Amino acid sequence: MIPMSKIVRTITNILYVFIIGFGFYVIIHGHLTPGGGFQGGAVVASAFALLAVAYGRKKIVSMLNKEHLSVAEISGLLAFICLAFLGLGTVFFFNFLAVGRSIPVFSNTPAGINPGDLNTAGILPLMNIAVGVEVLSALGVVILTMFLGFKEGK
Amino acid sequence: MFENLVPHLPILIIAIPLFGAFASYLFSKVSDKARDVFAFIVLGVTEFLVLVLGKDIYTNGLRVYTLGATSAELTAPTGYIMPVRIILEVDALSIFMGIITVTVAFIVFIFSLKPMKEYSGTDKYYTLMFLLLVGMLGIEFTGDLFNLFVFLEIASIAGAALVAFFTHRDESAEAAFKYVVICSLGALLVLFAVALFYGQYDALNIAYLANVMKYSLLDKIAFCVLLCAFAMKAGSAPMHMWKPDAYGEAPGPVAAILVTASLVSMYALLRVCFTLYGRGLNTEVIGWIITVLGLLSIFIGVTMALIQNNFGRLIGYTAVAEVGFILLAAGVGFAGFSSTGFGFTALQAGLFHILNDALDLGLLFLVSGAVLHATGKRNLNELSGLARNMKYTCIFFIVGLCAVAGLPPMNGFASKLMIYESVYQFNPVFSIIAILASIFMLAVFVKVFYSVFLGPELKEFSSVKEVPASMLLAMGALAVLIIVIGLCPDIFVNNVINPAARALIDYGIYRGVV
Repeated sequence: MIPMSKIVRTITNILYVFIIGFGFYVIIHGHLTPGGGFQGGAVVASAFALLAVAYGRKKIVSMLNKEHLSVAEISGLLAFICLAFLGLGTVFFFNFLAVGRSIPVFSNTPAGINPGDLNTAGILPLMNIAVGVEVLSALGVVILTMFLGFKEGK
Repeated sequence: MFENLVPHLPILIIAIPLFGAFASYLFSKVSDKARDVFAFIVLGVTEFLVLVLGKDIYTNGLRVYTLGATSAELTAPTGYIMPVRIILEVDALSIFMGIITVTVAFIVFIFSLKPMKEYSGTDKYYTLMFLLLVGMLGIEFTGDLFNLFVFLEIASIAGAALVAFFTHRDESAEAAFKYVVICSLGALLVLFAVALFYGQYDALNIAYLANVMKYSLLDKIAFCVLLCAFAMKAGSAPMHMWKPDAYGEAPGPVAAILVTASLVSMYALLRVCFTLYGRGLNTEVIGWIITVLGLLSIFIGVTMALIQNNFGRLIGYTAVAEVGFILLAAGVGFAGFSSTGFGFTALQAGLFHILNDALDLGLLFLVSGAVLHATGKRNLNELSGLARNMKYTCIFFIVGLCAVAGLPPMNGFASKLMIYESVYQFNPVFSIIAILASIFMLAVFVKVFYSVFLGPELKEFSSVKEVPASMLLAMGALAVLIIVIGLCPDIFVNNVINPAARALIDYGIYRGVV
């Protein structure tokens, strides 16, 4: 895979920051707006795919490390299941941040019409972030593996 | 200290292996030894917890667990008339299957410690093994039809990746592809049935669905779809073609645990037939259909096994036949559907045979894995005279051979005798066919025994050594279980099988929790 033309690369340079930013926006606002960890993670991974197409195989392989991505993937999964374990004082998967409100993290309960308070929903935003990290690194590994299959110069 | 923990055991038994699946990958970044120790601890803890939960359920009865609720027993939130949360429901049958699953997984893990050192990619091997275990345990413990589908998918994908373990071989990739296509098809059929239920009743909980079931045409279509899907996953006759391929190509320990995975879909079949539908169906007709499927599996499995010359494929075909025996007994049990008489004996025999099957076929697959490890060959025509150098493996093979063929001192004899007796009262011809198939099975394995272990010693095998102690220990553990169950089957039937069979017949208890 050879790099694409300068026009494509320039547009990619501008766009990929916005794509990654939008992906993280979808992840963090998972409990307020449509979308969530999986969708946001997929958006971030699509930025990796864009970079890979625009700059060719060599560049993307030097940019992303497969081992690091695998470890990030596993960390996301472990964070998710550990959050579920933390609820065990009552019941597995119990939303201990939202119900007891003893820890003032993500524990607001706004009443009435509001513009969207990020600081709500207890462990849900944390789980969205965990899933987001898992999906973006897993899809990153998938993209990397697929690009490794291409021969140089084609 | 366990009083506080016991209510949480149903989810812990699923969650701890899931945690182990992800954490073992991190541990293998440190060192292989750390990973092995960690995986051993996780499986040991799971085994211990499943036994504690088993003791609790056999004495106190069914246990419910509601995820995310303010208390574990709160199945319907205040103000709701039906359950909306994810609910685990563990009765005597679920925990019976759970104990079999975790025990086989534990033994398979000990077996694969040494041979897997020779290959690369073992970090992913243990993760996939754990995920397969999670999928099976989830299917057994869940009380929710949609979660059953999710866990079925987890088990299928992990299983397919494990079948493709020897990725350098084209045949392995083909077998794994076949496996994943069949499993996806089965899972999509289950999803279709779930959609039919959800469209009619707005609910997915098995117990709630069973309570409000109207036995409409759509429900009957859903039943046929579920029956096909689970029979396909279990490897029943017209849909068995994936089984010899997958078992023949997978490494021995993987094949041993895949046998348990197919028995878990037998469990799902029983759960759907007895608990979800129960007496509302025409049990006589459905029972006959399942019985005929069973007879077909027995006949095709045994006759095809006779002509195989690959060790794994041959055991794969006998696995089809063994599933046929379980289906035969389950069909007679469903046609009878009572807590007395031959129908109940047949149901007990079917459940007993599930236990024996997991142990017998597991042992045979481990022996085939040991032979592959020692010689690097699977073709029966190329193997000869191994009994000289591998005497313990040879003894374990004889134990497995006798157990699968149903010879007296082994567990296979006890369950098969119960099947013959009860099926004879249902239809004598079926019983005779089953006995003849058992004799054929003995012929199949005597052929294997002669060609692999007896005969002249070949020059290329003169330096073959007995397999390492950990592999012998794993095979020995299965052999001891087979002999103990074979020597005192009444203890197991009365204390373990009987409550499990009762849990299926008295479905009111399972349905009554929501």
